[in-house]
Amino acid sequence: MRKEEVPQDHGIADGLKEVAYAVDEDGRYVRVPSAGWEPKNISNYQAWEEIAKEIQSTRRKVENGEASPLAYHMARNLMDVGLLAQYMGIMRWRVKRHLKPRIFKKLGRDLLKRYASLLKVTMEELLDISLVEDPKIPGRDQE
Amino acid sequence: MKIDFEHRQSAHCENGATAGLISHYGVEMSEAMAFGIGAGLFFGYIPFIRLNNLPLTTFRIAAGSIFKKVSRELGVKYKARRFRDQEQAMRVLDETIAEGIPVGLQTGAWWLPYFPDAYRFHFNMHNLVVFGKEGDNYLISDPVFPEPVVCASDDLRKARFAKGALAPKGKMYCLEEVPAQIDFPKAIKSGIRSATKAMLKYPLPIIGISGIHFLAKRLEIWPAKLGEEKALLYLGQLIRMQEEIGTGGAGFRFIYAAFLQESAAHLEDDRFGEFSQRMTDIGDRWREFAVRAARNCKGRAGADDSFPAMARILMEIADTEEKLYIDLAEAVAS
Repeated sequence: MRKEEVPQDHGIADGLKEVAYAVDEDGRYVRVPSAGWEPKNISNYQAWEEIAKEIQSTRRKVENGEASPLAYHMARNLMDVGLLAQYMGIMRWRVKRHLKPRIFKKLGRDLLKRYASLLKVTMEELLDISLVEDPKIPGRDQE
Repeated sequence: MKIDFEHRQSAHCENGATAGLISHYGVEMSEAMAFGIGAGLFFGYIPFIRLNNLPLTTFRIAAGSIFKKVSRELGVKYKARRFRDQEQAMRVLDETIAEGIPVGLQTGAWWLPYFPDAYRFHFNMHNLVVFGKEGDNYLISDPVFPEPVVCASDDLRKARFAKGALAPKGKMYCLEEVPAQIDFPKAIKSGIRSATKAMLKYPLPIIGISGIHFLAKRLEIWPAKLGEEKALLYLGQLIRMQEEIGTGGAGFRFIYAAFLQESAAHLEDDRFGEFSQRMTDIGDRWREFAVRAARNCKGRAGADDSFPAMARILMEIADTEEKLYIDLAEAVAS
C-alpha cells in the first residue's frame, strides 16, 4: 500500500485514527494515520448489527415475560451466562435461574445491587428495562 | 508522579508496549522491529475455536509471546507477576511507578473508559504502559491511541481484573535490565527463522501456508454448506480479523514488510529490501481479498467477487507467501 492510498473512510472508528503502514514515494515504510477503511467499516457494522438484533430480540422476550430483565442487561453488556457468573462470583446455574422472570422477581436486594453495579445501571433500570435504551451502533450517524 | 516516557502510537498494542518499554531504556526500537524479532507473523484458521460463534482466524502469534521472545533475543531481563488480591495489585503498581519504572499491564478492554464504543469488547489481552499517577488518575501510554490517556484507578483496577477467556489476573511487567550492546543481526535472523518455520513447517494443516490453503478450500464451499447469510457472517469475521485495529493493515503483512526493510540496513543485505517489497505486494493482495469480501457482505458482489474467485486469491497468496518464506529462511540459514 502506498502512502497516498491509505484510506480515510470515516465510520466505525468514530474519530480515532489508527496507524497504518504504507510506503512513501521513495519506497520507504512510513506510519500513516488512518481514519478507517470501508471494508473494515462494512464488516464491523455487520457484527454490530448482529449484536443489535440479539439485544432487540432479548428485549422482546423480556417484554413477553419469557425472560427476566437480567437477560436483557446481560445481552446489552455483550456477556453470556459464563462470563456474568464469573464476574458475580456465583455458579452458572444460579445465573441461569436468575434469567427466569419468576425467580428474578424474588431475588434479594443485595444480589440485585451487585448485578446493577456490574452492569452499570441503577436499581430501577435493572428491574424495568423500559427505562434503558438499546445501545447505539458506534460511529454511525444517529437519526 | 510522572515518568519521562515517550508515547508513540502503534498499530498493535503488544508490539507497541514492548517497543516503548525497551526504547525507554535507551535501545531505540520500532514497533515493526519488535514484531519481527518477536516472530509475530503467523496464520491460523481454527474453525473449532469460536469468537462470537464464528470461526477464529488469526494473522499473528499467540498474545504475550512477542514480548517474551523479544526479551529473550535481546537479553532483556524483566519481571512479570500476577495477583490474587486487587488492592495489592494496585499498591505494587503505585510503588513501582513511584520508583520511576514504567509498568506494562495486561488489561480487559471492556473496562477502559477511554476506549471508543466500537472497540469495547470483552477482550482481555490489551497491553498498555502506565507511566505516572496524578491524584486518583493514572497516566497511560496506550499504544493504539494517538496521545497519552488518563484512567481513574477504579476503572484501571477493573480492567486489570477483567474476567473471561485469558483473564489478565492483574498481570504487570517491567524491565529490570537492558544490555547496552545488542546484537541486532542475530536477533533479527532468529526472529525470521521462527516465523518462517511456523509458516512453513507447523505440524498442523490449519496453520501457516497449509492453513491458508485450508481456509481457501473451506471458504469456497461456505455458501453451499452454511447458506448465504451465515457465509457472509463468516466472511465479515475474516475481514475483521485481517484488518481490525492492531494489524497495521493486511493482517500484519505490512508491518512485517516494514520490519524486513529495517532489517536490510541492520544486516547490510539488499536482498531484504526485495523481500520487503514482495511482502508489500502480498499485503496488497490481502487487501484486495478484503475489498471483494466486503462487497459480498454489502450485497454488491460483482462477477469477480464470487466465493470461488476469492478462494483463488487466497490460493495465490498462499503460493507467493510460501516462496517468500522459503527464500527468507534460506537467507537467514547461515
